[in-house]
Amino acid sequence: MAVRQALRRAGGRLLATQGAMAPAALGVAGRGLSTSAEPITLEIPVPFKGHNVEPPSRTVETSAQELTEFFRTMFVMRRMEIAADSLYKSKFIRGFCHLYDGQEAVCVGMEAALNDKDCIITAYRDHCTHLGRGGTVLEVFAELMGRKDGCSLGKGGSMHMYNKKGGFYGGNGIVGAQTPLGAGLAFAQKYLKVEGVTLAMYGDGAANQGQLFEAMNISALWDLPVLYVCENNHYGMGTAEWRSAKSPEYYKRGDYVPGLKVDGMDCLAVKQAVKFAKEYALKNGPMVLEMDTYRYHGHSMSDPGSTYRTRDEISGVRQERDPIERIRKLLLSHEIATVAELKQIEKDAKKEVEDALSKAKESPSPDSEELFSNIYRKSYGAKSYGADRKEVVVTLP
Amino acid sequence: MLGALSRNRPLLALLRGGNGGDKAASAALWAASKRFMSSDNTITVREALNSAIDEEMSADNKVFVMGEEVGEYQGAYKVTKGLLQKFGPDRVLDTPITEAGFTGLGVGAAMYGLKPIVEFMTFNFAMQAIDHLINSAAKTNYMSGGTINVPIVFRGPNGAAAGVAAQHSQCFAAWYGQVPGLKVLVPYDAEDARGLMKAAIRDPDPVVFLENELLYGESFPVSQEVLDPSFTLPIGKAKIMREGDDLTIVTFSKMVGYALKAADELAKEGISVEVVNLRSIRPLDRETINASVRKTSRLLTLEEGWPQHGVGAEICASVVEESFYYLDAPVERICGADVPMPYAANLERLAVPQIDDVIRAARRACFRKEEKKQATA
Repeated sequence: MAVRQALRRAGGRLLATQGAMAPAALGVAGRGLSTSAEPITLEIPVPFKGHNVEPPSRTVETSAQELTEFFRTMFVMRRMEIAADSLYKSKFIRGFCHLYDGQEAVCVGMEAALNDKDCIITAYRDHCTHLGRGGTVLEVFAELMGRKDGCSLGKGGSMHMYNKKGGFYGGNGIVGAQTPLGAGLAFAQKYLKVEGVTLAMYGDGAANQGQLFEAMNISALWDLPVLYVCENNHYGMGTAEWRSAKSPEYYKRGDYVPGLKVDGMDCLAVKQAVKFAKEYALKNGPMVLEMDTYRYHGHSMSDPGSTYRTRDEISGVRQERDPIERIRKLLLSHEIATVAELKQIEKDAKKEVEDALSKAKESPSPDSEELFSNIYRKSYGAKSYGADRKEVVVTLP
Repeated sequence: MLGALSRNRPLLALLRGGNGGDKAASAALWAASKRFMSSDNTITVREALNSAIDEEMSADNKVFVMGEEVGEYQGAYKVTKGLLQKFGPDRVLDTPITEAGFTGLGVGAAMYGLKPIVEFMTFNFAMQAIDHLINSAAKTNYMSGGTINVPIVFRGPNGAAAGVAAQHSQCFAAWYGQVPGLKVLVPYDAEDARGLMKAAIRDPDPVVFLENELLYGESFPVSQEVLDPSFTLPIGKAKIMREGDDLTIVTFSKMVGYALKAADELAKEGISVEVVNLRSIRPLDRETINASVRKTSRLLTLEEGWPQHGVGAEICASVVEESFYYLDAPVERICGADVPMPYAANLERLAVPQIDDVIRAARRACFRKEEKKQATA
């Protein structure tokens, strides 16, 4: 499901898998699930904090349709990541697998403020970001399992998902490397006069990288339309932020680059901040956005995630700040949906994920010839070799 | 007299010489070219590179140049001279001294669809950015299943200059040549410089373009065809600089000049040397190398870089694998000494190949006796 298109569309489109649920059919008196695009005005509970910039207003405009889309999309992402956990434990996924559950509000809130002229580049915790940019659950699962129908033909894996048409540049395995790459995307947007921004995303672990500061310097010097989005989930692998950063106030680390600290568990706060920052960046150059967020899983599937933080902390965040639960409460309190209607959305989302999973399991492994494809865009008839070079010699396609 | 001299650019260039340039040979070559190719020109490698970049920037708006001092300073080695004035600051960008940052920026711009030319003041400094050359540029087309290519050129001087000591003298041909996904080009003369640079800029994949500081000022005759804006050279094809029957010398960059001079000397003692100018480290032209060795039955590889795991090692392996039964002698490798580059002039001279080293090894391959020194008592 194309998250970005769904979230952007105004004007009363019916949700993809929702029919208009007649109240009578649910045995509930009252109106059916509201898909209205009528504006609803809400206050963001946690205030923004600004560094060298006046933060945006805490009053945000949304709609029933948007809130329902937030709920549905985040739920699909949550189910997808949990399914990936099981897949990894049953050895369908090999190598690295970094899960995003808990952080969904960041990429979903961002998409609500972006369009197809904007670009996103992130690190290796990229499954949900890929989905947000127009990827499908099927191509995520297939890629995780190294199958032909994966978004990178099975040749990238968990950390290397891309969608150039959708403005998504990965999926990068080297911590921090994506930040100057993001400055480069913004440079190209400005060079070609595209009127879009690039969101270069990185974690609290990457926030101390030298190349990040090199990128910030050049992008501030050249007024590049780039937003440096720090997804601060407070742990760089097993190292808490206070153990790796002299100053964990990442939104201030840009120094001459203004920054905003945002409640990353609140889709609406994220949307507001990105909308504000995008307008700023198109005129003035870079801004840092620190998203205060949290990951429920450990760093990766080989990390239980409980040796450097307490289980109480994890369950506390889940209880108090879960992004999906926040939207659920809004939908119920504003009578946009009933409990039963939300259960139906959840049921449909689970089915969507399960269907994608079984389809992905049927996808075959790539053909052996794919070992030698896409090394170059243009090979000039160069040769490549297998492990036994007298046995396997290939003229590159 | 001086006035007349100062207007005669090619003659001045010859009289200035270059380090390692043989004034007499260049003058003879120039005179020959003037006599028989009346419409031809002599240009320096620097002029060849500058004109190639200029023409490609004029032809394609997406091409831009960035690096330290490429703009207002006119280029640390003047390769980008005049480009800022012609194309403006949006397309010729002076960067801060932050290789990791500006190289990553260049790669990101290339991923989006622009065609950056990133200059490293020398390739020694590219080590600060090598993660972007390898992990961000070389591997991305493969990891993305062919959806994101990286049409970028990384260029700059490589290898030893003169007296710049250990941290400024390393040859990186073997390091980059090992990486699938990169193309690695090594021009020698002005024709190579023009043709390969234009091919590199037009290429849709990341190209590492290894120049040589000491060659920038050297002049070479070029035909009208080479000066045409449409001139390119194929990537992955070596050039036979000189034909011969007894020994194949395979080399690249500055050492091509040394091999040609050694060949002149060896011809006097009846050894006929074929000189193969690689032009491309990756893809490596194994066909031309092996065809030559099958003809001569003897191989000598010549490079300035370190011997262990060097370019010569790969060439020797290729020949032993594919042309073993054609070899009449063990393969020979002449390389830079297995030491960090010293500063003192006499030590530096011992650290890089000299023409005498090439001649000695050639005689060995041809089983010619060395003149023995008198044994001391």
